[in-house]
Amino acid sequence: MTDLAPLLTATDLRRSVEGRLLFEGLSFSLAPGQRLMVVGPSGSGKSLLLRQLAGLDPLESGSITFRGTSQEAWALPAFRAGVMLLPQRAALGAGVTVQEVLAQPFNLKAHAGRTLDVPQARQLAQALGRGPEFLALDSVTLSGGEGQLVALLRALLLSPTVLLLDEATSALDPDTTARAEAVLSEWCATGVTA
Amino acid sequence: MVRDGGDGVSLHIALWQVAASAALLLVSIGLSWWLKLGLGREILVAGVRMTVQLLLVGLILAWVFALKQPLPVVAIGLVMTLLAAQASSARPKYRYRSLFLDSFVAIFGSSFLLTGLTLSAVLRIHPWFEPQYAVPILGMILGNSVTSVALGAERFTADLHARRGEVEGQLLLGATRWEAAHPLMATAVKTGMLPTLNSMTVMGIVSLPGMMTGQILAGESPQNAVHYQLVMMFVLAASSALGSLGVVLLAYHRLFDNRDRLRLERLGAERLRKPASRPG
Repeated sequence: MTDLAPLLTATDLRRSVEGRLLFEGLSFSLAPGQRLMVVGPSGSGKSLLLRQLAGLDPLESGSITFRGTSQEAWALPAFRAGVMLLPQRAALGAGVTVQEVLAQPFNLKAHAGRTLDVPQARQLAQALGRGPEFLALDSVTLSGGEGQLVALLRALLLSPTVLLLDEATSALDPDTTARAEAVLSEWCATGVTA
Repeated sequence: MVRDGGDGVSLHIALWQVAASAALLLVSIGLSWWLKLGLGREILVAGVRMTVQLLLVGLILAWVFALKQPLPVVAIGLVMTLLAAQASSARPKYRYRSLFLDSFVAIFGSSFLLTGLTLSAVLRIHPWFEPQYAVPILGMILGNSVTSVALGAERFTADLHARRGEVEGQLLLGATRWEAAHPLMATAVKTGMLPTLNSMTVMGIVSLPGMMTGQILAGESPQNAVHYQLVMMFVLAASSALGSLGVVLLAYHRLFDNRDRLRLERLGAERLRKPASRPG
């Protein structure tokens, strides 16, 4: 796998907050099928690194390249549709039912021409241990863990190329965490889910 | 005293009568003292401030009316707009650096455009700068725009602050800055227009508008007073729409960069505001 051209490359990234340096000279390269884990204590800048990778914060130094094109040269909505960050506490946005929450981003220009594949959504929900009634639930009444699950489902259904997960299973119970990890492993290995 | 003024009869109010009505402020001050609202000082300051402002304006208007020149009319209009922008941009809790400029542009754009249209196209005043018409009409439109611009800007900046996760969540899913900001912008513009829409709904039933009341008290026929009021309300509705849309669009361009990023670090909370100036 290592001989594949890298999908996402970061070179010499740097981040400071109010004069305090969090990291510098940070570089990595990610090929298709590869997984990369970022470990560090609280407040060490893991989430801020992910925000830079997703183009949410401007770079202080260095560069990020996706599919051979610098982040600078990408239209960021298209970039983010390819390199998708799933934040720790993802907002579910507009939509009454879970299915509406899952369908909403397909209205964005970046996903034009695509619609929510409801059977695939059901299949994925099942793989995560939820029955078919899960899609009909009122999104306001979801627990923290269920909300995190919906956000993970939504990201997977948008089929990004690179998925950046910021503690994506922090609110899930051990059983659901194991299921989520299995789904993610399969997605990573084959590029398809469920 | 009853004074006969050409087209009708109006009551002349002497200074001692104004002073007597000012004594009514004591009612609110007394209530504040009794209920420990801590508003006594504020009511007194607001009352004195308003009195000084209005007396000064009376003097300045008399002077401008006598001049019959366009330049002083435009100048007084600009000063009024500056003060309006100042009042409007002081209101939001979260502000950014060019909020005053943006408020000025939104208030100036909506007020001058609509005052010009009203004077030249609707009322057909000759000359257009006739201060007896130009100054009060601009004043009413400005007063309305201030509220709309302040409410629109306040709602948009406060929402960006409170709903940051939602906005950035949309950006992360691939939304453009417009797509991500649109729901907040719609809410903010609606908020800015709400007072005008509310007052239109109850006008004539619950409330008799101040301008109409004033005209009737000054001896104008009710029908004519109603026609004036209708023209003004349509103009005010347009000005609040333009004003709040204007300031929200300008704030949007300041707080989202052209790389579809939310730049919330440009929005700072005001820390110097005195607690006493925030009732409730």
